[in-house]
Amino acid sequence: MGYPHKSHPRETPILSKHFGEPEARTLEGWKARGGYKALAQALHMEPVAIQEIVKASGLRGRGGAGFPTGLKWSFMKIGDGKPHYLCANADESEPGTFKDREIMRWTPHALIEGCAIAAHAIGAETAYIYIRGEFTEPINVMEAALVEARAAGIIGKNAMGSGRRVDVWVHKGAGAYICGEETALMNSLEGKRGNPRIKPPFPAVSGLFGMPTTINNVETLAAVPHILNNGAEWYKAMCLSNPKSTGSKLYSVCGNVAKPGNYEVVMGFSFKEFLYDLCGGPLPGRKFKALIPGGSSVPTITIEEAEATIMDYEGFVAQGTMLGSGGVIVFDDAQSMPRQLARIARFYAHESCAQCTQCREGTAWMTKILERIVAGEGTFEDLDTIFDLSEAMTGKTICVLSDSCGAPVVSGITKFRGEFEALIKGRRSSTVAVGAR
Amino acid sequence: MSHGPSAPGVAASAHAHDAPYEPVFTPGSARSKELADLITRYPDKRAALLPALWMVQNDRGWISEAAMMEVGDQLGCTAAYVKGVVTFYTMYHQHPVGKHFIQVCTTSPCLCAGADKVVEAFLEHTGCKELGLTSADGRYTVIEVECLGACGFATPVQINEDYVENVTPEKVPEILAGLP
Ligand SMILES: Cc1cc2nc3c(=O)[nH]c(=O)nc-3n(C[C@H](O)[C@H](O)[C@H](O)COP(=O)(O)O)c2cc1C
Ligand code: SF4
Ligand code: FES
Repeated sequence: MGYPHKSHPRETPILSKHFGEPEARTLEGWKARGGYKALAQALHMEPVAIQEIVKASGLRGRGGAGFPTGLKWSFMKIGDGKPHYLCANADESEPGTFKDREIMRWTPHALIEGCAIAAHAIGAETAYIYIRGEFTEPINVMEAALVEARAAGIIGKNAMGSGRRVDVWVHKGAGAYICGEETALMNSLEGKRGNPRIKPPFPAVSGLFGMPTTINNVETLAAVPHILNNGAEWYKAMCLSNPKSTGSKLYSVCGNVAKPGNYEVVMGFSFKEFLYDLCGGPLPGRKFKALIPGGSSVPTITIEEAEATIMDYEGFVAQGTMLGSGGVIVFDDAQSMPRQLARIARFYAHESCAQCTQCREGTAWMTKILERIVAGEGTFEDLDTIFDLSEAMTGKTICVLSDSCGAPVVSGITKFRGEFEALIKGRRSSTVAVGAR
Repeated sequence: MSHGPSAPGVAASAHAHDAPYEPVFTPGSARSKELADLITRYPDKRAALLPALWMVQNDRGWISEAAMMEVGDQLGCTAAYVKGVVTFYTMYHQHPVGKHFIQVCTTSPCLCAGADKVVEAFLEHTGCKELGLTSADGRYTVIEVECLGACGFATPVQINEDYVENVTPEKVPEILAGLP
């Protein structure tokens, strides 16, 4: 990790190797660390050849869904005569996730290089890095690095003297979690409200400005130069378990844990060792109770389930949850799960773009019920209503924000039902004590 | 998404509602040139809408109806269209706010690190008393914000442009004292 703590010996710092080193932010410092060699090589390769290397590496999207990156790139029809676009998704607003911020503020050139390579690989001359508006510092660092890269001719009309045009621009968002959803991001970039679009058409057919577009997460793009430098086999070898999950992954760890921060480990690492060894275990005198391991949009698991988890895409699914964005939220035995889950539901209610009835009404209603339970005014029927609501909110809307609200809540109620029932029973007994109301 | 306009409060008179609007993109101005340059990055000039709104907010403190009209004129869309966009995003102020706009993250990961106590401390020490209201001296507005993407540094607080990390209630008076 390198920042705010030193890397743990069991980490595999590739993306995070230079976190905490201010010199890595400058072009000179970046070149001294091996920067832009991959781009120089890539600009003289055919786009399809780059796609093949990335496919062979097994790299999968780090933004949440884990879609194979090389395959996604191959959906872009090279030579169709249309302008193509690359969008780097730096909207990072998923609760628990703060890894892209570190990539941008410590190693801006890693993202620029990744963008330029990816742009060439999909036949695009323009890449936009869409950064959430709150990220002033990362935006300033990225802008400064872009000025340097442009002045040095690394990007621009004739990128690194290759005769190819590659422009990379930062576009600043203005506060809206939903703009991390890829089609909402494109609308926002076009100067519209950030409403997700109905798919199909998929972005590779009709995306930004109606043109073929690829959207990738910051971490996905930052991994690409390393793959070109070291080869697909090297990347694929970073795998301790399922061969469908390869490479290193940055996990953001937060909540009730001794050493919150970003940790980079290879796919297939043991979650138990990760939590107790790398992250320092629980705070003094406390015990871990529950986790939401992939950003707040994935199902809640118990500490027992977490201890049995293998950290890769398949490993998290085997425990009934998902790797998601890699944002690990840890709750200890001092936390009230009803209170935390109510707060998570409130997040989704606040961030719903309100296009779909199920989502707009469902997220608000679920929040209201949960807050009622927390206030000691809930009923057992309320719990059933939440389950019904979640079902009505899942798989029926334009995007998956609606599903994401129910996922941590329903699993959380199932696994920590006792805490909910205690609050509800507390109400019953107080009602009896006060008399009929 | 933005749920209605930010709450109106008492504000410094230079930013007040009734003060006449001074255009930002006057011909030949630096902002006008900046916008013209920006437009060349996109195949459609409407893509410069969010950046143009940022320039206005930066220069005028908030985005008034008159500003929406000016930006619409610059980019070939109606003021109503611009308003539709402004109201979608949480960061554009539709009313004047305090000199120091303080946003405390209270989403779950920060909540379990005690963010609610940090909010209370800010409300108390700024004299704002209520979320969204501006202090009588026009210095502060405090709001709760959803995940700032810095959950490992709980509790992060955004004061105007800058993040302050690992904020605890005890540190609040010192942080406020350090503001210009
Ligand atoms: C509500 C919502 C929010 C999302 N937020 C982000 C985000 O902040 N960053 C991100 O990279 N992907 C986010 N995604 C996923 C993107 O839609 C998209 O799958 C991803 O950027 C693709 O990049 P990848 O293939 O490199 O992972 C979000 C999805 C949804 C439904
Ligand atoms: S599911 Fe929710 S956030 Fe997604 S498009 Fe529908 S209303 Fe908007
Ligand atoms: S939850 Fe507070 S910064 Fe993410």
